[in-house]
Amino acid sequence: MRRIAPPLALATYAALSSACSYVALDNASPEAAAITKLHWWMFWVLGAVGFLVMAAVAAALSRRFARPADDRQRMRAVAVATGVSVLLLLVLLVASVVTGREVATPAGPDALDIEITGHQWWWEIRYPTAVPRDAVVTANEIHVPVGRAARLRLGSNDVIHSLWIPNVDGKRDLIPGRTNWLTFRPRRIGTFAGRCAEFCGYQHAKMGLLLVVQTPADFALWLAQQRQPSAEPAEASLEHGRDVFLAGPCSACHTIRGTPAFGHKAPDLTHLASRATIAAATLPNTTGHLAGWVVDPQRIKPGNRMPPNVLPSGDLLDLVAYLRSLR
Amino acid sequence: MSTPAKKTPPETDPGEPLAGERAELAKTWRKRSGSLGLLFSVDHKTIGKRYIITAFVFFLVAGVEAAAMRLQLARPEGRFLNPDVYAQVFTMHGTTMMFFFAVPVMLGMGLYLVPLMVGTRNVPFPRLNAVGYWFYLMGGVLLYGTFVMNRGPDAGWFAYVPLSGNAYSAGHGMDAWVQIINFTEVSALIVAGSLIVTVFKQRAPGMSLNRIPLFAWAILVTMIMIVFAMPAVIFAAGSLNSDRSLGTHFFNPAEGGDALLWQHAFWFFGHPEVYIIFLPALGMISAIISASTRRQIFGYTAMVLALVATAFLGFGLWVHHMFATGLPQMGEAFFTAASMMIAIPTGVQIFCWIATLWGSRPRWDPPFLFVLGFFFTFLIGGLTGVMLASVPVDLQLHDTFFVVAHFHYVLIGGAVFPLFGGIYHWFPKIMGRMLGRTLGIWNFALLFVGFNLTFFPMHELGFHGMPRRVYTYSPDRGWNGLNLAASIGAAVMAVAVALFLINVVQSLRRGRRAGDNPWDAESLEWATSSPPPVYNFVRIPVVSSRSPLWEPGGLGAVTGMPTDKRLLLVTHPLDAEPSHREEVPGPSVNPFLISLTMGLGLIGSIFWLWWAVIGAVASIPLAYLWYVTEEDP
Repeated sequence: MRRIAPPLALATYAALSSACSYVALDNASPEAAAITKLHWWMFWVLGAVGFLVMAAVAAALSRRFARPADDRQRMRAVAVATGVSVLLLLVLLVASVVTGREVATPAGPDALDIEITGHQWWWEIRYPTAVPRDAVVTANEIHVPVGRAARLRLGSNDVIHSLWIPNVDGKRDLIPGRTNWLTFRPRRIGTFAGRCAEFCGYQHAKMGLLLVVQTPADFALWLAQQRQPSAEPAEASLEHGRDVFLAGPCSACHTIRGTPAFGHKAPDLTHLASRATIAAATLPNTTGHLAGWVVDPQRIKPGNRMPPNVLPSGDLLDLVAYLRSLR
Repeated sequence: MSTPAKKTPPETDPGEPLAGERAELAKTWRKRSGSLGLLFSVDHKTIGKRYIITAFVFFLVAGVEAAAMRLQLARPEGRFLNPDVYAQVFTMHGTTMMFFFAVPVMLGMGLYLVPLMVGTRNVPFPRLNAVGYWFYLMGGVLLYGTFVMNRGPDAGWFAYVPLSGNAYSAGHGMDAWVQIINFTEVSALIVAGSLIVTVFKQRAPGMSLNRIPLFAWAILVTMIMIVFAMPAVIFAAGSLNSDRSLGTHFFNPAEGGDALLWQHAFWFFGHPEVYIIFLPALGMISAIISASTRRQIFGYTAMVLALVATAFLGFGLWVHHMFATGLPQMGEAFFTAASMMIAIPTGVQIFCWIATLWGSRPRWDPPFLFVLGFFFTFLIGGLTGVMLASVPVDLQLHDTFFVVAHFHYVLIGGAVFPLFGGIYHWFPKIMGRMLGRTLGIWNFALLFVGFNLTFFPMHELGFHGMPRRVYTYSPDRGWNGLNLAASIGAAVMAVAVALFLINVVQSLRRGRRAGDNPWDAESLEWATSSPPPVYNFVRIPVVSSRSPLWEPGGLGAVTGMPTDKRLLLVTHPLDAEPSHREEVPGPSVNPFLISLTMGLGLIGSIFWLWWAVIGAVASIPLAYLWYVTEEDP
């Protein structure tokens, strides 16, 4: 675990603080690369068309260029311009359909299946296994191994969300009552920012997530580690923190596997400390931010479902220390 | 019943001989006087003006909402609006601009101008026409009533279920939103019915189909689109209403409904809606270019066919709003093709305008400047639209600020610029006075600069991944500078609109008198005085070409129409041969009263369902009263 954490944190800051630009800069999958190529291709072709049309308007108004033209000449010019437009659009159409097929190639049998469920305003992420009890459940952070297709199964239990991780693929909606799929082949190690792209209520603005692309070995390590129940408190203060968690309202909504807390309305906290961010990629996962979030989540994300918690400072410190120990 | 209408040779002496007719027409077509008389109005010009003015008020209000959003987004982590109010504000901005400004203002321009352009005295169902306006007004009052109480709708103007359903948008804000859809659509359908019949059956003798002014063609095609598009959204809103208040499950997947059904029904209306706004604007462009260059628009037949083709294709591309919902590839390819192909008829029109302008030395007055602004901005919007038609590219750009930039370039560039141009062009006709030229040039220049400063950076913001409909963003994304630029641009646009208002006020006070035809334009609305008398024309004109006012022989006129009754001359749809005359009803308060009972019933039903029944029952005696007074002058 220690091997992953520091570079992960660094990469996270890089991802959050660099502009999450999808065009040209940072394609991390062949899907994204194909789209970027088509994007710029269309951009320049259409840009040239726009320039030519504006030049024609300018020429029409210019005394020097606009020689008198009879109806036949004008009709011929309009017909030629229309014909060229039709041809150009056909070319763009073919390019678009070809790229669409390229992006949508099936994942193949060895794809990694991940189930993503949208909630107001966070992401539930589940790695299914043959034995349901062994499934790994986490939140707001997708881990995938590099070089292997990832097939995301998308659903929602409340309103419509849309998953968008620009560096690897376009967006796909999460629609209640339907199942959607998003497949991509990460080809570069790194951490990439994603977010909800469909307006889903007050905190749509702060519904982010991270995609962490790792080496297969790191990913296997991460998955095995996430499958474990939570760490037992090693000190008395941490044990007190756990008691605060279990005695307070927290356990009504959150799960910490290995403890009696099994609420399902809010993110699974079993390995909270292994995650780089809190509050759906809104804040870095530090002791200070976590304490601030526990005390007054409504100040950070007004309207979110988590109530404020008034705790004696000792209880708060122990609770946060306990949560920070959940690696 | 038929009266043969004789064509006379061109009038040589338009002065004294008509004074008697003039006086009798004024008496026959007089309006109800007094302040209560306002409730009796059935004249298409009065009602058209009301639509235009009301729509401009909504335009200003929605502009203030836009300014509030730009203030919030000017800096990262802004604190000006909280997420709740921001959601209400952007919902109100979209709803107001689409339902209460863009469509109604085009309806108003059509209602005012089309009967004049085709040379008739009023629309065929003047009292029904009055109902349309009252419904529109009540819808707006209802919408802003909820907003003022801070309970406005907050699920976006697109109101996607389930977010707009009871479970996630409890309270009456969304109920009101659903209800205002009914109000605005009823009003749009009424205008559509009025103007379709006006164009098909009331054209001046001689105005065969191939002589109809392009603006009237654009309005005709638009009104036919309204007839086909509005039922889809009335179905959608009705189902959502019944899900919300009766507990049905049209959109509830848990009970066999479907959340995507809403999107299909909404966009089947919502995409044609864009063309409903945009086609009348194209008609304005044609009218302005023709008047500015004193040439007929080149390629009349191609222009008309392009309008019709746009209307057809406009119904085949709603799915491009839904590419991210996971539809089958084959279907997506079809809608990509349709979305790209609609660029062709629009391109044909642009090419024809350029051919018209070629070497024309136009008059550089404000209307023409707005036409040039239209060319530049609409072109960019159209080209970005082609990018968005491509599924893979759209899946990256969808729901980002690139889309915000795109449709503002299309709607402001493609409709608001032509509309301002149209106002500068027709204001002299409507009010009898010219708008100031210098202020007009400043108005245009600031609007153009402010618009591009606001919306051009948004393309780049979209490229950099900034999503739409967010109330804030974090400072480390690299979006700060572009957002600030956009906010400054919004302020410049506000100044431009203020200059327009100042220009209007100055013109009304001491503007230069316009005269009948200040632009030396070709179509019939310029054949009567400015502002036109209530009966429009002393004698119904007779048309012998596409540009009746440029005919060297002057304009013919129908004689022998009795002037002691409110008579319309009905002509054949194809060649406008006179067929018979039809009496239309005069001023009445019944349209107002029945709108009131039906409207209050609909509004009341938000709070208690039985109000709908009470409103309906209360309307019955009024409907009877309307029926028995139909023949009253």
